[in-house]
Amino acid sequence: MREKLQQIQEEALIKIKECSTSQMLDEIRVKYLGKKGELTSILRGMGQLSPEERPIVGKIANEVRETIENAIEQAKYDIKQKEKNIRLSMETIDVTMPGKKNKLGGLHPLTKALDEIKEIFIGMGFSIAEGPEVELDYYNFEALNIPKNHPARDEQDTFYINQNVVLRTQTSPVQIRVMENKKPPIRIIAPGRVYRSDTADATHSPIFHQVEGLVIDKGITMASLKGTLDAFAKRMFGEKTRTKFRPHHFPFTEPSAEVDVSCFVCDGLGCRVCKGSGWIEILGCGMVHPDVLRAGGIDPEVYSGFAFGLGLERIVMIKYGIDDIRLFYENDVRFLKQF
Amino acid sequence: MKVPFNWLLEYVDINKDINEVAEKLTLTGSKVEEVIEKGKEIDRVVTGKIIKTEKHPNADKLTICQVDVKDEVLQIVTGADNIKEGDIVPVALHGSTLPGGVKIKKGKLRGAESNGMLCSEAELGLADEDSVHGIMILSEDTPIGVDIKEILGLNGGVIDFEITSNRADCFSIYGIARETAASFGCELKKLDLSFKENNENISDYLKVEVQTPLCRRYMAKMIKNIKIGPSPEWMQAKLQEAGVRPINNVVDITNYVMLELGQPLHAFDYNNIEGNKIIVKMASDEKFTTLDGVERQLDNSMIVISDAEKTVAVAGVMGGQNSEVTESTNTIVLESANFDGVTTRLSSKKLGLRTEASSRFEKDLDPNLVEIAVNRACHLFETLGVGEVVGGVIDIYSNKLEPHYVRVSPKWINDFLGTNINVEDMVKMLNRLEMEVEVKDELIIKVPTFRQDVKIKEDVAEEIARLYGYDIIPTQKIVGEAVEAEITKEQKMIETVKRTMVASSLYEALTYSFYSPKVFDKINISKDSELRNAINIANPLGEDFSIMRTTLIPSMLEAMQRNILRDNKEVGLFEIGKVYLNIGKDLPDERYKLCVAIAGDVDFYNLKGIIENLIEALSVDKAEFERETNNPIFHPGRCAKLLVRKKNAGVLGEVHPDVLENYDLETRVYIAEIDLPTLFEAAKLDKKYKPLPKYPAVLRDMALLVKDEVEVKKIEDIMLKQGKGIIEEIRLFDVYKGKQIPEGFKSVAYSIIYRAEDRTLTDEEINKVHNSIVKELEEKLDAKLR
Ligand SMILES: [Zn+2]
Repeated sequence: MREKLQQIQEEALIKIKECSTSQMLDEIRVKYLGKKGELTSILRGMGQLSPEERPIVGKIANEVRETIENAIEQAKYDIKQKEKNIRLSMETIDVTMPGKKNKLGGLHPLTKALDEIKEIFIGMGFSIAEGPEVELDYYNFEALNIPKNHPARDEQDTFYINQNVVLRTQTSPVQIRVMENKKPPIRIIAPGRVYRSDTADATHSPIFHQVEGLVIDKGITMASLKGTLDAFAKRMFGEKTRTKFRPHHFPFTEPSAEVDVSCFVCDGLGCRVCKGSGWIEILGCGMVHPDVLRAGGIDPEVYSGFAFGLGLERIVMIKYGIDDIRLFYENDVRFLKQF
Repeated sequence: MKVPFNWLLEYVDINKDINEVAEKLTLTGSKVEEVIEKGKEIDRVVTGKIIKTEKHPNADKLTICQVDVKDEVLQIVTGADNIKEGDIVPVALHGSTLPGGVKIKKGKLRGAESNGMLCSEAELGLADEDSVHGIMILSEDTPIGVDIKEILGLNGGVIDFEITSNRADCFSIYGIARETAASFGCELKKLDLSFKENNENISDYLKVEVQTPLCRRYMAKMIKNIKIGPSPEWMQAKLQEAGVRPINNVVDITNYVMLELGQPLHAFDYNNIEGNKIIVKMASDEKFTTLDGVERQLDNSMIVISDAEKTVAVAGVMGGQNSEVTESTNTIVLESANFDGVTTRLSSKKLGLRTEASSRFEKDLDPNLVEIAVNRACHLFETLGVGEVVGGVIDIYSNKLEPHYVRVSPKWINDFLGTNINVEDMVKMLNRLEMEVEVKDELIIKVPTFRQDVKIKEDVAEEIARLYGYDIIPTQKIVGEAVEAEITKEQKMIETVKRTMVASSLYEALTYSFYSPKVFDKINISKDSELRNAINIANPLGEDFSIMRTTLIPSMLEAMQRNILRDNKEVGLFEIGKVYLNIGKDLPDERYKLCVAIAGDVDFYNLKGIIENLIEALSVDKAEFERETNNPIFHPGRCAKLLVRKKNAGVLGEVHPDVLENYDLETRVYIAEIDLPTLFEAAKLDKKYKPLPKYPAVLRDMALLVKDEVEVKKIEDIMLKQGKGIIEEIRLFDVYKGKQIPEGFKSVAYSIIYRAEDRTLTDEEINKVHNSIVKELEEKLDAKLR
């Protein structure tokens, strides 16, 4: 019997080596180790052996079974590895081919810039206010110290609905509406559309966006105006940005100023964007005129404040080097996708 | 306003370069538009005398000149026809440079040697190409061989200022000089106003009557024995640099004084003044020919100057041809007057005639300037030998304007500016602006009449701030109690809408708020549609921009059209914008609408999906879609309205082919317009956490055979109604028509997910509900279970 067991083991090991699939190995397992397998049938004949021989042969038989079983497992593992390697090599792809994308959408560049501005001012405790675009002459002009026949009315070519109603030419009327509805301290920005009767060309648009700002409290000074706008400019255009306040004239502020920022393209050295000056004009501002405070129902002997207004299109055009304002309102997706 | 730098330097002694002065004045409040250094580029251009001219043998239109430039005589060929022997002209030598970097070299013209070029005003950058003709002829006494820049005073350059409406006093070179002196802290030179006059009296020649208070002052002087001719070279050069064309000595003097002092003057030919009388009055409706030869319609809102018979000038705007100074003028009436700003501005606007004079008068000039200017002009008439000043003056000035006073405490100024300027410095600054200050508890400031813009203490603060330097004022944070930014619910929701639209692969569009009333026909809506009740602009930029929009759809279609015609075929756009609804009040109802449009490889359900996502993102309560067959903008079978809490919140669908045709579109376009306020009313922004389910869900499928026209919403409503609160979700996963399905029917397949919050559902319980659904569907919709 020993010889027979030995023989089975050798035979099986050879056959295992010849196998090339795990299926063939399973057949071998059945042939030798299965319920009707060769090893089993030999073991069945163990009863004929002497009691002394039985444990010895039994031990050998178990060793044979184990050897065959291990050989099958090993062979199975090898075949699996081989198959995996073949599959991996077959599955090679061209990783330089383009990726599959979900289509993107995006916000309008003016909205994006406005969001940035809003975020900066919200961080400084400003709320967002709104006012009507079709506005009473009173709010757009009279209450802002621009009476009928004031030359400023000519400078801002106004669209009229009727004698008393205009398309607002500036976001400043929101100042008065806010003052009428809110007690100081007031800190708001009011972004929105404004209208001037300019025929559209590369640098003019009958519709554009302004962002108005208003701060009113006790003890608001020109220094706080400078501090606030300087901080805004640094956050908007970079920490290195410097500001220059130039005296100017607006009917609704006194003193008034225009603000330049150091050119964020050339850092103030002079380039095409800043026309060589190193500075870019971005906004107008000033201390709220006492007549305007009074029009808003606020006592100028108790409170003071400052206001500012900036043109959104202008800032975005300079920032991205856009040379035609009409592009903002054409809505060509090839333009919109760039931001 | 163009200020020649050398002219400016005649009144202030400063040793600064033009750019330094421009920078400093900018910082003290005179806004510089541009520094023009015209002469800067001109090099090697000298004066030369033409000593001989002859026709070019090979070219009719060319002349060969021998030009004496002092050191040598040069042969130069020119095409100009206005020169003659003896003329003194600017000569660009070989190797010279003209404005724009043009280099001049010697060469041959049709075989004749030419060693340079004779220059015109345009070539020297002094005038526009079309305003002058031929070579610039200099006056006879011009020295030759001298740098032209020296002769024409081009060495200094010009500063162009933007003059704001409040600073009429700065609309003059002397006014800018005053600002310059104040800015640099130096002295402003006095003008020479002295002149000799004869012993006649003007009142023997002329009477003046002012009939309107809109003429605040009228002064007249007369000059006789006038020799009309060109004004001196230096005066012509200065006028040209300031952008005014020299005409003759009389007109040039009036213009010179206007530029210098900001007071427009007018000279009438005395011989054309009938009745020896000047009357200032309101015009009647009449036609009048101004100096520029144009006949204009006047009306009674305009002030005119007339003689005993006729109108001779539109006051403050322009004189008339009928009293113009000409070659033969011998005696003039010199008018120096003050006219109301608003009246002048409106007249000038009505006439479409904005002149150097009107642009000054409209800023409301100081009536006390009238006298200074008239004296200055007389000084020039006399000293330049143009004529003899007649003795005496006519001056009609009933309400003399006196200096006014403003009181302000220095402490208030410092508190207001956030500065710490001491009182002496404040006083010094104000003195530099010709304001006298008395220091008591307060500063009592005497404001000169030319500074009507300084009325209140804030104005004084500005004067001090700008001379102190805006840049030196410290920068501070806002003091006072901290304010918390408030963001309203609506603002937050608008942000959510934007985020959701971008996440739906859409790009944001912005379109004009106004459009043409014709768009309503283009989008097919009926004549009596409420949408047509728009707000009209009284003075639009043409019909295409004449009404405020009542719907975003036409603008959006236009944006889609633009993209599709430009081959951007796969487009998805959205706009959040206002419509302006005429509600019969002073102001319209301005409402935010959301408009979404998609085209390309998409259908109705892509659009609906976007709106459904929005409803989910805003947690809108009770939102339903209902078939809409009557909206003419849309395909009658592919349109739905959005109902929110039973209120109409918008519409979505495929655009009607007729409308597409009107927009030249051959591709299908899907558009939705949602009324955001209605949507927001039902939105829940504060989402609450809902615990994850504790008990298992049971999924049952159900396939039904129903008639084609049965809308799935009807099926789902029944399912939910019968669901007794244990249906968590209904998922439609298949709609099928075709094989095995009879004509006119469709198969719809659902997964119904059952779950209870508080227990595990038993099969029995579910079966009961499920069966009741089937039964109800069979009864109500004639559905068959498959
Ligand atoms: Zn730059």
